[in-house]
Amino acid sequence: MDWIKLLNAFWVGGLFCVIAQLLIDYTKMTPARIMVSYVMAGVILTAMGIYEPIVNFAGNGATTPIIGFGYTLAKGVAKAIDEKGFIGILTGGVMGAAGGISAAVFFGLLFSLLCKPKAKNPKR
Amino acid sequence: MDITKKQYDKMVKKASPPSKVIRDVIFAFLIGGAICTVGQIVNMCYGFYIQNQDDVSALTSMTMIFLGALLTGLNVYDDIAKYGGAGTLVPITGFANSIVSPAMEFRTEGYVLGVGANMFKIAGPVLVFGISTSVIYGVIYFFMR
Amino acid sequence: MGVKSTIKFNNGVYINGFFSSVGKIEGEGPLGKYFDAVSEDALFGAKSWEQAENNLIKTTVSGAMTKAAVTPDEVDLLFAGDLLNQCTGSSFGLKYFDIPFFGLYGACSTFVESTALAAAMINAGYAKRVVAAASSHFCSSEKQYRFPLEYGGVRTPTSQWTVTGSGAVMLSDKGTGLKVTSMTVGKMVDMGVCDANNMGAAMAPAAADTIYRHFEETGKTPADYDCIVTGDLAAVGSELLIDLLSRKGLDISQKHMDTGSMIFDSQAQGTNAGGSGCGCVASVFCSYFVPKLAKKEIKKILVVATGALMSTTTAQLGEPIIGIAHGITVEI
Repeated sequence: MDWIKLLNAFWVGGLFCVIAQLLIDYTKMTPARIMVSYVMAGVILTAMGIYEPIVNFAGNGATTPIIGFGYTLAKGVAKAIDEKGFIGILTGGVMGAAGGISAAVFFGLLFSLLCKPKAKNPKR
Repeated sequence: MDITKKQYDKMVKKASPPSKVIRDVIFAFLIGGAICTVGQIVNMCYGFYIQNQDDVSALTSMTMIFLGALLTGLNVYDDIAKYGGAGTLVPITGFANSIVSPAMEFRTEGYVLGVGANMFKIAGPVLVFGISTSVIYGVIYFFMR
Repeated sequence: MGVKSTIKFNNGVYINGFFSSVGKIEGEGPLGKYFDAVSEDALFGAKSWEQAENNLIKTTVSGAMTKAAVTPDEVDLLFAGDLLNQCTGSSFGLKYFDIPFFGLYGACSTFVESTALAAAMINAGYAKRVVAAASSHFCSSEKQYRFPLEYGGVRTPTSQWTVTGSGAVMLSDKGTGLKVTSMTVGKMVDMGVCDANNMGAAMAPAAADTIYRHFEETGKTPADYDCIVTGDLAAVGSELLIDLLSRKGLDISQKHMDTGSMIFDSQAQGTNAGGSGCGCVASVFCSYFVPKLAKKEIKKILVVATGALMSTTTAQLGEPIIGIAHGITVEI
């Protein structure tokens, strides 16, 4: 077990969440806007070559937060363009993220069939 | 009213209790960090058996999405989120939660226009703007490369 | 001064029956023992949250009629409303009674709105027996206005918890003692509050306006009432209301009670600022205040129910929340 890797994943991932939490508490930004900003930031930071080193350092601390979804999209686009040229502009992003998107759609459907929403209790 | 909207805004700010920022931040850090650590462990497990690093990453994402979906289905993700705040929102498990929860909620309105049409009610914007940004990046990358 | 907004009911409008039903969390709250019916099942035996709300208001209206010992065919008119789009909770829940029906929307002020209109109909002699009701359901409101129940959204400290509850009164021109004696019709007040998680702040100016007008037009003072009850301002809004009125030289702090603050123990139950929803003031009025009046523990109250007029669309358009507050006086 590589403890340093785990530790880095923990604190870097935690830090991304802290930034979002501060945005929620201080700017009243809605969760939806934060998610969108994070994904876009992920694409842009990857494009600028800033995100790759963070991923190498923190592993899933950088790829598990939704900003990592942007990283996957950007990496997919660059890879597809390198391999296939022009068409990669439109196919690359979703190709890179295909597994995640399909999993989310399928599990969404599956659990909507299997489970029912429960009335909330404010206490918990 | 005898007071202006500006004056009232000041009164409202004074009367409204602030968010417990320190508490929120600590929970977001711990829970968010923990979820990412779980992701790292899953990643290492797959890495043990599979050589292709891209496949390992994709499998890890899918597994985390499955776990987020499962916890949502078992009615516990929102309970964790009450404490986790951004710590449960930002990881990809939160993305799964934002897809599974409307799917479950709108099942009473039918499978096609209930589940199908509402599944991306919350997560839709993430795909719209994420994918669009990646296309713009693709155009730039294509011509700059 | 222009037209008076306070209308007195001098011909005798009596409360013959009253009934309240709530959900589990409200039943566990400080007022739990007062409610007529507490349901452990959030679905009220139905398959969806919307149908649950139908059943909730149906039970409540039926209970009010039973308590007043009248059957639906003896009731002339029915005024009711809820928080759902197109007011479907009331229309679908109450269709079985086959009573001439007016569906109302006044957000959380709906209960007093329906009671005031019912009382006006009786006072004017147009009707002899009228039922007034309102309901709200946490789950159906949450689905419509906020997020799916299983979504991990975070509530801010100023947010209010929509009450799963309903209240109904059976009013008639005959009875003893318990009377609705006047109404003060609310005006729409916009103080530029846009935060849908701070409803109390959006509605407090409307409540202040209605209460101030009530005292100005009737010449009464807070000392004339045993309680001045507001519906769903909760912690933040109540503080603002007291402050707004004191700026106008009206001190109601000794008499003021808020149903949104009463229905939950916010500290222990984690409901942040308190309760909201038209079922809140409706269920608390019918379970706590009316019985206290009937027992003559209190003699005269002013009830002001506040509503936040908005929709998810107006919020997206960046429009501020409009507050409204209707008042009625009830005495014995």
